Amino acid sequence: MTDPAKSALRWQRKDLLGIRELSAEEITFILDTADAFKEVGTREIKKVPALRGKTLVNFFVEPSTRTRTSFEIAAIRLSADVINIAASSSSLTKGETLKDTAKILEANHADIIVLRHGSSGAPQFLAERLSSSIINAGDGAHEHPTQALLDLYTIRERKSSVAGLHVAIVGDILFSRVARSNIFGLLKLGARVTLVGPSTLVPREFEKLGVAVSHDINEVLPTADVVNLLRIQHERQRKEYFPGIGEYIRLFGLTKDRAKLLKPDCLIMHPGPINRGVEIDSELADGAQSVILDQVTNGLAIRMAVLYLCGGIATP
Amino acid sequence: MRSREVAKEHVTKNQHNRPSPPPATLPVMDGEAINRALRRIAHEIIERNPESASVVLAGIPSRGVEIAHRIASIIASLGKTPVETGIIDVSMHRDDVGKRADLPRVQASKLPLPLENKTIIIVDDVFFTGRTARAAMDAISSFGRPGRIQLAALIDRGHRELPIRVDFVGKNLPTAPGERVRLRLENVDGEPDAVWLVKEEKV
Repeated sequence: MTDPAKSALRWQRKDLLGIRELSAEEITFILDTADAFKEVGTREIKKVPALRGKTLVNFFVEPSTRTRTSFEIAAIRLSADVINIAASSSSLTKGETLKDTAKILEANHADIIVLRHGSSGAPQFLAERLSSSIINAGDGAHEHPTQALLDLYTIRERKSSVAGLHVAIVGDILFSRVARSNIFGLLKLGARVTLVGPSTLVPREFEKLGVAVSHDINEVLPTADVVNLLRIQHERQRKEYFPGIGEYIRLFGLTKDRAKLLKPDCLIMHPGPINRGVEIDSELADGAQSVILDQVTNGLAIRMAVLYLCGGIATP
Repeated sequence: MRSREVAKEHVTKNQHNRPSPPPATLPVMDGEAINRALRRIAHEIIERNPESASVVLAGIPSRGVEIAHRIASIIASLGKTPVETGIIDVSMHRDDVGKRADLPRVQASKLPLPLENKTIIIVDDVFFTGRTARAAMDAISSFGRPGRIQLAALIDRGHRELPIRVDFVGKNLPTAPGERVRLRLENVDGEPDAVWLVKEEKV
Protein backbone atom coordinates (compact mmCIF):
# COMPACT_ATOMS: atom_id res chain seq x y z
CA MET A 1 0.00 0.00 0.00
CA THR A 2 2.57 2.55 1.10
CA ASP A 3 5.82 2.43 -0.80
CA PRO A 4 8.49 2.15 1.94
CA ALA A 5 11.07 4.02 -0.13
CA LYS A 6 8.59 6.85 -0.50
CA SER A 7 7.95 7.28 3.19
CA ALA A 8 11.60 7.00 4.19
CA LEU A 9 12.56 10.64 3.59
CA ARG A 10 11.84 13.16 6.32
CA TRP A 11 11.98 16.91 5.75
CA GLN A 12 14.96 18.63 7.39
CA ARG A 13 15.42 22.05 5.78
CA LYS A 14 14.47 25.29 7.53
CA ASP A 15 15.03 27.37 4.38
CA LEU A 16 13.90 27.16 0.77
CA LEU A 17 16.46 29.15 -1.18
CA GLY A 18 16.36 27.49 -4.59
CA ILE A 19 15.51 24.37 -6.55
CA ARG A 20 19.12 23.76 -7.53
CA GLU A 21 20.11 22.43 -4.09
CA LEU A 22 17.06 20.17 -3.71
CA SER A 23 17.15 16.47 -4.56
CA ALA A 24 14.47 14.91 -6.75
CA GLU A 25 13.19 13.16 -3.61
CA GLU A 26 12.85 16.46 -1.76
CA ILE A 27 10.99 18.04 -4.68
CA THR A 28 8.60 15.10 -4.82
CA PHE A 29 8.20 15.32 -1.04
CA ILE A 30 7.06 18.95 -1.34
CA LEU A 31 4.67 18.09 -4.20
CA ASP A 32 3.17 15.23 -2.16
CA THR A 33 2.79 17.53 0.85
CA ALA A 34 1.02 20.04 -1.42
CA ASP A 35 -1.48 17.30 -2.33
CA ALA A 36 -2.46 17.15 1.34
CA PHE A 37 -2.76 20.94 1.55
CA LYS A 38 -4.83 21.10 -1.62
CA GLU A 39 -7.27 18.79 0.17
CA VAL A 40 -7.45 21.29 3.05
CA GLY A 41 -8.86 23.78 0.54
CA THR A 42 -11.87 21.50 0.05
CA ARG A 43 -12.76 21.32 3.76
CA GLU A 44 -15.57 23.21 5.40
CA ILE A 45 -12.95 24.93 7.58
CA LYS A 46 -9.97 25.71 5.36
CA LYS A 47 -7.67 26.67 8.18
CA VAL A 48 -5.37 24.31 10.09
CA PRO A 49 -3.47 25.10 13.31
CA ALA A 50 -0.07 23.94 11.99
CA LEU A 51 1.80 27.25 12.43
CA ARG A 52 -0.20 28.67 15.33
CA GLY A 53 1.93 31.08 17.34
CA LYS A 54 4.47 31.60 14.55
CA THR A 55 5.06 35.00 12.98
CA LEU A 56 5.64 35.22 9.25
CA VAL A 57 7.07 38.36 7.69
CA ASN A 58 6.40 38.95 4.02
CA PHE A 59 9.39 41.10 3.11
CA PHE A 60 9.04 42.21 -0.49
CA VAL A 61 11.78 44.58 -1.55
CA GLU A 62 10.65 44.20 -5.17
CA PRO A 63 7.00 44.79 -5.98
CA SER A 64 4.70 41.77 -6.28
CA THR A 65 1.00 41.27 -5.73
CA ARG A 66 0.36 37.70 -6.81
CA THR A 67 3.20 36.00 -4.99
CA ARG A 68 2.85 38.10 -1.84
CA THR A 69 -0.90 37.54 -1.68
CA SER A 70 -0.46 33.82 -2.26
CA PHE A 71 2.06 33.58 0.59
CA GLU A 72 -0.19 35.67 2.81
CA ILE A 73 -3.26 33.48 2.25
CA ALA A 74 -1.13 30.36 2.70
CA ALA A 75 0.21 31.65 6.02
CA ILE A 76 -3.23 32.65 7.26
CA ARG A 77 -4.61 29.20 6.42
CA LEU A 78 -1.79 27.73 8.49
CA SER A 79 -2.77 29.99 11.43
CA ALA A 80 0.48 31.99 11.38
CA ASP A 81 0.44 35.71 12.17
CA VAL A 82 1.41 37.68 9.06
CA ILE A 83 3.20 40.99 8.76
CA ASN A 84 3.75 42.58 5.36
CA ILE A 85 6.71 44.86 4.87
CA ALA A 86 7.28 46.56 1.56
CA ALA A 87 10.57 48.37 1.28
CA SER A 88 11.78 50.61 -1.45
CA SER A 89 15.00 49.30 -2.81
CA SER A 90 16.09 52.62 -4.20
CA SER A 91 16.98 54.41 -0.98
CA LEU A 92 19.61 52.00 0.27
CA THR A 93 22.58 50.36 -1.32
CA LYS A 94 22.40 46.61 -1.60
CA GLY A 95 24.75 45.66 1.23
CA GLU A 96 23.16 48.08 3.65
CA THR A 97 19.68 46.94 2.72
CA LEU A 98 20.38 43.35 3.55
CA LYS A 99 22.17 44.04 6.79
CA ASP A 100 19.45 46.41 7.91
CA THR A 101 16.83 43.97 6.73
CA ALA A 102 18.31 41.22 8.87
CA LYS A 103 18.42 43.46 11.93
CA ILE A 104 14.85 44.67 11.54
CA LEU A 105 13.51 41.16 11.04
CA GLU A 106 15.45 39.75 13.96
CA ALA A 107 14.17 42.52 16.19
CA ASN A 108 10.62 41.69 15.11
CA HIS A 109 11.03 38.03 16.21
CA ALA A 110 10.11 36.72 12.78
CA ASP A 111 9.95 32.92 12.71
CA ILE A 112 9.54 32.74 8.94
CA ILE A 113 10.73 35.35 6.46
CA VAL A 114 9.45 35.30 2.90
CA LEU A 115 11.88 37.44 0.95
CA ARG A 116 11.63 38.92 -2.51
CA HIS A 117 14.73 40.87 -3.42
CA GLY A 118 16.34 42.33 -6.51
CA SER A 119 19.74 40.87 -5.72
CA SER A 120 20.60 37.25 -6.42
CA GLY A 121 21.67 35.50 -3.24
CA ALA A 122 19.88 37.85 -0.83
CA PRO A 123 17.84 35.00 0.77
CA GLN A 124 21.01 32.95 1.24
CA PHE A 125 22.65 35.95 2.91
CA LEU A 126 19.81 36.09 5.45
CA ALA A 127 19.63 32.31 5.89
CA GLU A 128 23.29 32.23 6.90
CA ARG A 129 22.79 34.97 9.50
CA LEU A 130 19.37 34.33 11.02
CA SER A 131 17.85 31.36 12.79
CA SER A 132 14.48 32.18 11.17
CA SER A 133 13.25 30.12 8.23
CA ILE A 134 13.98 31.96 4.97
CA ILE A 135 11.77 31.34 1.96
CA ASN A 136 12.95 32.75 -1.35
CA ALA A 137 10.06 34.44 -3.15
CA GLY A 138 12.32 35.47 -6.04
CA ASP A 139 15.85 36.88 -5.91
CA GLY A 140 17.15 38.86 -8.87
CA ALA A 141 17.67 36.67 -11.92
CA HIS A 142 18.63 33.73 -9.69
CA GLU A 143 15.68 31.58 -8.51
CA HIS A 144 11.96 31.61 -7.78
CA PRO A 145 11.56 28.17 -6.22
CA THR A 146 7.87 28.24 -5.27
CA GLN A 147 6.93 29.22 -8.84
CA ALA A 148 8.84 26.23 -10.21
CA LEU A 149 7.27 23.94 -7.62
CA LEU A 150 3.74 25.05 -8.49
CA ASP A 151 4.55 24.60 -12.19
CA LEU A 152 5.85 21.08 -11.53
CA TYR A 153 2.81 20.35 -9.37
CA THR A 154 0.43 21.52 -12.10
CA ILE A 155 2.21 19.42 -14.72
CA ARG A 156 2.21 16.35 -12.46
CA GLU A 157 -1.47 16.86 -11.64
CA ARG A 158 -2.46 16.94 -15.31
CA LYS A 159 0.04 14.48 -16.77
CA SER A 160 0.39 12.21 -13.68
CA SER A 161 4.18 12.31 -13.98
CA VAL A 162 6.86 14.82 -15.04
CA ALA A 163 9.41 12.22 -16.14
CA GLY A 164 9.71 11.75 -19.88
CA LEU A 165 7.72 14.85 -20.84
CA HIS A 166 9.00 17.43 -23.30
CA VAL A 167 8.64 20.92 -21.83
CA ALA A 168 9.23 24.05 -23.93
CA ILE A 169 10.01 27.24 -22.03
CA VAL A 170 9.46 30.20 -24.32
CA GLY A 171 10.55 33.79 -24.11
CA ASP A 172 12.62 35.92 -21.82
CA ILE A 173 14.94 33.25 -20.43
CA LEU A 174 18.08 35.30 -19.89
CA PHE A 175 16.55 37.49 -17.20
CA SER A 176 14.21 34.88 -15.79
CA ARG A 177 14.52 33.35 -12.34
CA VAL A 178 11.33 31.43 -13.13
CA ALA A 179 13.07 29.78 -16.08
CA ARG A 180 16.15 28.88 -14.04
CA SER A 181 14.18 27.30 -11.20
CA ASN A 182 11.96 25.48 -13.69
CA ILE A 183 14.94 24.13 -15.61
CA PHE A 184 16.54 22.70 -12.43
CA GLY A 185 13.27 21.17 -11.26
CA LEU A 186 12.19 19.72 -14.60
CA LEU A 187 15.58 18.11 -15.25
CA LYS A 188 15.74 16.64 -11.75
CA LEU A 189 12.32 15.05 -12.24
CA GLY A 190 13.35 13.61 -15.59
CA ALA A 191 11.72 15.92 -18.15
CA ARG A 192 13.32 17.02 -21.43
CA VAL A 193 13.54 20.81 -21.69
CA THR A 194 13.82 23.05 -24.75
CA LEU A 195 14.33 26.78 -24.32
CA VAL A 196 12.87 28.88 -27.11
CA GLY A 197 13.46 32.54 -27.89
CA PRO A 198 15.63 35.03 -29.75
CA SER A 199 19.35 34.34 -29.45
CA THR A 200 19.79 37.50 -27.40
CA LEU A 201 17.42 36.21 -24.70
CA VAL A 202 18.19 32.49 -25.08
CA PRO A 203 21.93 32.19 -25.66
CA ARG A 204 23.49 28.81 -26.45
CA GLU A 205 25.30 28.88 -23.08
CA PHE A 206 22.13 27.46 -21.54
CA GLU A 207 22.90 24.14 -23.20
CA LYS A 208 25.49 23.60 -20.47
CA LEU A 209 22.60 23.12 -18.01
CA GLY A 210 21.47 20.06 -19.96
CA VAL A 211 18.68 21.64 -21.99
CA ALA A 212 18.15 22.13 -25.72
CA VAL A 213 18.06 25.65 -27.19
CA SER A 214 15.99 26.62 -30.21
CA HIS A 215 15.38 29.92 -31.96
CA ASP A 216 12.50 28.53 -34.03
CA ILE A 217 9.28 28.03 -32.06
CA ASN A 218 7.46 26.34 -34.95
CA GLU A 219 9.99 23.53 -34.85
CA VAL A 220 9.50 22.89 -31.10
CA LEU A 221 5.72 23.16 -30.61
CA PRO A 222 4.65 19.90 -32.36
CA THR A 223 6.56 17.66 -29.90
CA ALA A 224 5.89 19.65 -26.72
CA ASP A 225 3.80 18.16 -23.90
CA VAL A 226 3.91 21.46 -22.01
CA VAL A 227 4.54 25.00 -23.24
CA ASN A 228 5.49 27.43 -20.50
CA LEU A 229 5.33 31.02 -21.78
CA LEU A 230 7.34 33.47 -19.74
CA ARG A 231 6.36 37.07 -19.35
CA ILE A 232 8.33 39.60 -21.34
CA GLN A 233 9.82 41.65 -18.53
CA HIS A 234 9.49 45.18 -19.86
CA GLU A 235 11.02 46.51 -16.67
CA ARG A 236 14.23 44.58 -17.20
CA GLN A 237 14.43 44.87 -20.97
CA ARG A 238 16.96 46.90 -22.80
CA LYS A 239 16.62 47.63 -26.46
CA GLU A 240 19.72 45.75 -27.53
CA TYR A 241 18.27 42.44 -26.29
CA PHE A 242 14.84 42.80 -27.71
CA PRO A 243 13.53 42.93 -31.25
CA GLY A 244 10.40 44.95 -30.41
CA ILE A 245 6.92 43.74 -29.42
CA GLY A 246 5.55 43.33 -32.97
CA GLU A 247 8.63 41.43 -34.03
CA TYR A 248 8.45 39.24 -30.90
CA ILE A 249 4.81 38.29 -31.52
CA ARG A 250 5.59 37.47 -35.13
CA LEU A 251 8.54 35.22 -34.22
CA PHE A 252 7.70 33.78 -30.80
CA GLY A 253 4.17 34.71 -29.69
CA LEU A 254 1.71 31.83 -29.20
CA THR A 255 -0.86 32.97 -31.76
CA LYS A 256 -4.02 31.06 -32.75
CA ASP A 257 -2.33 29.90 -35.96
CA ARG A 258 0.74 28.70 -34.14
CA ALA A 259 -1.38 26.89 -31.52
CA LYS A 260 -2.60 24.57 -34.29
CA LEU A 261 0.89 23.03 -34.24
CA LEU A 262 0.39 21.88 -30.63
CA LYS A 263 -0.62 18.36 -29.63
CA PRO A 264 -4.27 18.41 -28.51
CA ASP A 265 -3.27 17.50 -24.94
CA CYS A 266 -0.36 19.94 -24.70
CA LEU A 267 -0.65 22.15 -21.59
CA ILE A 268 -0.25 25.90 -21.91
CA MET A 269 1.26 27.56 -18.85
CA HIS A 270 2.14 31.11 -17.89
CA PRO A 271 3.46 32.32 -14.53
CA GLY A 272 1.63 35.65 -14.95
CA PRO A 273 0.97 38.46 -15.09
CA ILE A 274 0.09 37.86 -18.76
CA ASN A 275 0.74 40.39 -21.45
CA ARG A 276 -2.34 39.37 -23.43
CA GLY A 277 -1.66 39.38 -27.14
CA VAL A 278 2.12 39.34 -26.64
CA GLU A 279 3.36 36.02 -25.23
CA ILE A 280 -0.01 34.43 -25.82
CA ASP A 281 -3.20 35.11 -27.72
CA SER A 282 -5.93 36.28 -25.35
CA GLU A 283 -8.40 33.50 -26.27
CA LEU A 284 -5.77 30.81 -25.90
CA ALA A 285 -4.98 32.07 -22.40
CA ASP A 286 -8.58 31.31 -21.42
CA GLY A 287 -8.88 28.20 -23.60
CA ALA A 288 -9.18 24.49 -22.83
CA GLN A 289 -5.45 23.79 -23.00
CA SER A 290 -4.59 26.63 -20.63
CA VAL A 291 -3.84 25.69 -17.00
CA ILE A 292 -2.96 29.25 -15.99
CA LEU A 293 -5.64 29.45 -13.28
CA ASP A 294 -4.72 25.98 -11.99
CA GLN A 295 -1.24 27.35 -11.49
CA VAL A 296 -2.61 30.07 -9.20
CA THR A 297 -4.73 27.62 -7.16
CA ASN A 298 -1.88 25.15 -6.92
CA GLY A 299 0.46 27.95 -5.89
CA LEU A 300 -1.50 28.28 -2.66
CA ALA A 301 -1.15 24.54 -1.90
CA ILE A 302 2.57 24.62 -2.72
CA ARG A 303 3.19 27.66 -0.51
CA MET A 304 1.23 26.10 2.35
CA ALA A 305 3.39 22.98 1.97
CA VAL A 306 6.64 24.95 1.90
CA LEU A 307 5.70 27.11 4.90
CA TYR A 308 4.48 24.07 6.82
CA LEU A 309 7.69 22.14 6.15
CA CYS A 310 10.33 24.85 6.52
CA GLY A 311 8.47 26.76 9.23
CA GLY A 312 7.41 23.62 11.07
CA ILE A 313 10.75 22.13 12.01
CA ALA A 314 12.67 23.09 15.13
CA THR A 315 15.21 25.86 14.63
CA PRO A 316 18.22 26.33 16.91
CA MET B 1 13.47 -5.16 5.39
CA ARG B 2 15.16 -1.82 5.85
CA SER B 3 14.54 -1.81 9.59
CA ARG B 4 16.27 -5.15 9.91
CA GLU B 5 19.29 -3.85 8.06
CA VAL B 6 19.41 -0.82 10.32
CA ALA B 7 19.18 -3.10 13.34
CA LYS B 8 22.06 -5.16 12.02
CA GLU B 9 24.22 -2.10 11.48
CA HIS B 10 23.43 -1.04 14.98
CA VAL B 11 24.68 -4.34 16.40
CA THR B 12 27.89 -4.18 14.44
CA LYS B 13 28.58 -0.66 15.66
CA ASN B 14 27.95 -1.71 19.24
CA GLN B 15 30.36 -4.60 18.90
CA HIS B 16 33.00 -2.19 17.80
CA ASN B 17 32.46 0.40 20.51
CA ARG B 18 31.16 -1.37 23.57
CA PRO B 19 30.10 -4.98 24.01
CA SER B 20 26.50 -4.22 25.13
CA PRO B 21 23.84 -6.55 23.69
CA PRO B 22 21.18 -5.25 21.26
CA PRO B 23 17.95 -4.03 22.88
CA ALA B 24 15.73 -6.93 23.89
CA THR B 25 12.73 -7.48 21.64
CA LEU B 26 9.79 -9.43 23.05
CA PRO B 27 7.20 -10.86 20.71
CA VAL B 28 3.72 -9.73 21.78
CA MET B 29 1.33 -10.71 18.99
CA ASP B 30 1.63 -12.77 15.83
CA GLY B 31 -0.56 -12.52 12.74
CA GLU B 32 -3.20 -14.81 14.19
CA ALA B 33 -3.42 -12.84 17.45
CA ILE B 34 -3.71 -9.57 15.52
CA ASN B 35 -6.49 -11.04 13.43
CA ARG B 36 -8.37 -12.24 16.54
CA ALA B 37 -8.01 -8.80 18.14
CA LEU B 38 -9.39 -7.07 15.04
CA ARG B 39 -12.35 -9.47 14.89
CA ARG B 40 -13.15 -8.68 18.50
CA ILE B 41 -12.98 -4.94 17.77
CA ALA B 42 -15.29 -5.45 14.76
CA HIS B 43 -17.88 -7.25 16.93
CA GLU B 44 -17.72 -4.56 19.61
CA ILE B 45 -18.16 -1.81 17.04
CA ILE B 46 -21.32 -3.46 15.67
CA GLU B 47 -22.64 -4.02 19.18
CA ARG B 48 -22.13 -0.39 20.14
CA ASN B 49 -23.34 0.97 16.79
CA PRO B 50 -26.34 -1.00 15.52
CA GLU B 51 -26.75 1.57 12.72
CA SER B 52 -23.58 0.43 10.98
CA ALA B 53 -24.47 2.30 7.78
CA SER B 54 -23.68 5.60 9.51
CA VAL B 55 -20.28 4.39 10.79
CA VAL B 56 -17.05 5.66 9.23
CA LEU B 57 -13.73 4.05 10.16
CA ALA B 58 -11.19 6.85 9.80
CA GLY B 59 -7.65 5.48 9.86
CA ILE B 60 -4.61 7.51 10.86
CA PRO B 61 -1.85 6.91 8.22
CA SER B 62 -0.23 4.63 7.51
CA ARG B 63 -1.04 1.60 9.67
CA GLY B 64 -4.29 2.99 11.07
CA VAL B 65 -5.64 3.16 7.50
CA GLU B 66 -4.74 -0.49 6.92
CA ILE B 67 -6.30 -1.51 10.26
CA ALA B 68 -9.49 0.42 9.41
CA HIS B 69 -9.74 -1.45 6.09
CA ARG B 70 -9.27 -4.80 7.81
CA ILE B 71 -11.94 -4.07 10.43
CA ALA B 72 -14.30 -2.86 7.67
CA SER B 73 -13.86 -6.07 5.68
CA ILE B 74 -14.41 -8.19 8.82
CA ILE B 75 -17.68 -6.31 9.46
CA ALA B 76 -18.71 -6.89 5.83
CA SER B 77 -17.86 -10.61 6.14
CA LEU B 78 -20.18 -10.86 9.15
CA GLY B 79 -23.08 -10.01 6.87
CA LYS B 80 -23.66 -6.59 8.39
CA THR B 81 -24.27 -3.40 6.43
CA PRO B 82 -20.79 -2.38 5.26
CA VAL B 83 -19.20 0.56 7.08
CA GLU B 84 -17.41 3.33 5.23
CA THR B 85 -13.71 4.01 5.60
CA GLY B 86 -11.66 7.18 5.41
CA ILE B 87 -8.23 8.66 6.08
CA ILE B 88 -7.54 11.27 8.71
CA ASP B 89 -3.99 12.64 8.66
CA VAL B 90 -3.18 14.51 11.86
CA SER B 91 0.14 16.14 10.88
CA MET B 92 -1.31 19.63 10.43
CA HIS B 93 -3.17 19.44 13.74
CA ARG B 94 -0.39 18.25 16.05
CA ASP B 95 0.68 20.35 19.03
CA ASP B 96 4.42 19.86 18.56
CA VAL B 97 4.99 21.52 15.18
CA GLY B 98 8.15 23.59 15.43
CA LYS B 99 9.58 21.23 18.07
CA ARG B 100 10.69 18.39 15.79
CA ALA B 101 14.01 18.15 13.95
CA ASP B 102 12.40 16.62 10.87
CA LEU B 103 8.92 16.08 9.48
CA PRO B 104 7.34 13.00 7.92
CA ARG B 105 5.26 13.00 4.75
CA VAL B 106 1.73 14.39 5.13
CA GLN B 107 -1.08 12.46 3.50
CA ALA B 108 -4.31 13.95 2.22
CA SER B 109 -7.28 13.27 4.50
CA LYS B 110 -10.41 11.77 2.99
CA LEU B 111 -13.76 11.47 4.74
CA PRO B 112 -17.18 10.73 3.28
CA LEU B 113 -19.10 14.02 3.50
CA PRO B 114 -21.25 15.37 5.02
CA LEU B 115 -20.29 14.16 8.49
CA GLU B 116 -23.52 15.24 10.17
CA ASN B 117 -25.24 12.30 11.97
CA LYS B 118 -22.32 10.00 11.21
CA THR B 119 -20.29 8.11 13.80
CA ILE B 120 -16.60 8.59 13.06
CA ILE B 121 -14.37 5.96 14.61
CA ILE B 122 -10.74 7.07 14.68
CA VAL B 123 -8.53 4.04 14.07
CA ASP B 124 -4.93 4.13 15.28
CA ASP B 125 -2.30 1.41 15.55
CA VAL B 126 -0.85 2.16 19.00
CA PHE B 127 -2.71 4.33 21.50
CA PHE B 128 -0.15 6.12 23.69
CA THR B 129 -0.23 9.71 24.97
CA GLY B 130 -3.60 10.62 23.47
CA ARG B 131 -2.13 13.56 21.57
CA THR B 132 -2.63 11.95 18.18
CA ALA B 133 -6.27 11.24 19.01
CA ARG B 134 -6.76 14.86 20.09
CA ALA B 135 -5.22 16.05 16.80
CA ALA B 136 -7.46 13.63 14.89
CA MET B 137 -10.58 15.01 16.58
CA ASP B 138 -9.45 18.52 15.70
CA ALA B 139 -8.85 17.49 12.08
CA ILE B 140 -12.25 15.80 11.82
CA SER B 141 -14.03 18.91 13.08
CA SER B 142 -12.62 20.91 10.17
CA PHE B 143 -14.69 18.68 7.84
CA GLY B 144 -17.93 19.20 9.72
CA ARG B 145 -19.77 18.16 12.85
CA PRO B 146 -20.19 14.39 13.17
CA GLY B 147 -22.90 12.91 15.39
CA ARG B 148 -20.24 11.27 17.54
CA ILE B 149 -16.57 10.36 17.52
CA GLN B 150 -15.21 7.10 18.92
CA LEU B 151 -11.70 5.71 19.12
CA ALA B 152 -10.27 2.28 18.25
CA ALA B 153 -6.68 1.05 18.55
CA LEU B 154 -4.96 -2.29 18.05
CA ILE B 155 -2.70 -1.71 21.09
CA ASP B 156 -3.17 0.45 24.18
CA ARG B 157 0.23 0.91 25.76
CA GLY B 158 -0.82 3.40 28.46
CA HIS B 159 0.93 6.65 29.53
CA ARG B 160 -1.87 9.05 28.67
CA GLU B 161 -1.03 12.76 28.71
CA LEU B 162 -4.56 13.96 27.90
CA PRO B 163 -7.98 13.05 29.31
CA ILE B 164 -8.88 10.74 26.42
CA ARG B 165 -9.89 7.07 26.58
CA VAL B 166 -10.10 4.40 23.91
CA ASP B 167 -13.49 2.81 23.08
CA PHE B 168 -12.31 -0.31 21.25
CA VAL B 169 -8.94 -1.88 21.98
CA GLY B 170 -7.30 -5.04 20.61
CA LYS B 171 -4.79 -5.54 23.38
CA ASN B 172 -3.80 -3.72 26.55
CA LEU B 173 -0.02 -3.80 26.71
CA PRO B 174 1.57 -2.43 29.90
CA THR B 175 4.82 -0.70 28.99
CA ALA B 176 7.56 1.38 30.57
CA PRO B 177 7.92 4.93 29.20
CA GLY B 178 11.22 4.23 27.42
CA GLU B 179 10.00 1.06 25.70
CA ARG B 180 8.78 1.01 22.12
CA VAL B 181 5.96 -0.94 20.56
CA ARG B 182 7.03 -2.19 17.15
CA LEU B 183 4.16 -3.09 14.83
CA ARG B 184 4.52 -4.51 11.34
CA LEU B 185 1.63 -5.08 8.93
CA GLU B 186 2.05 -7.03 5.72
CA ASN B 187 0.35 -4.53 3.40
CA VAL B 188 2.14 -1.49 4.82
CA ASP B 189 5.60 -2.73 5.74
CA GLY B 190 6.08 -5.74 3.45
CA GLU B 191 6.76 -7.86 6.56
CA PRO B 192 4.50 -10.46 8.21
CA ASP B 193 1.97 -9.13 10.73
CA ALA B 194 3.53 -8.94 14.19
CA VAL B 195 3.82 -6.83 17.34
CA TRP B 196 6.94 -6.69 19.50
CA LEU B 197 7.85 -4.82 22.63
CA VAL B 198 11.32 -3.30 22.26
CA LYS B 199 12.93 -2.90 25.70
CA GLU B 200 14.79 0.28 26.46
CA GLU B 201 18.49 0.23 25.79
CA LYS B 202 20.58 0.16 28.98
CA VAL B 203 23.57 2.47 28.70
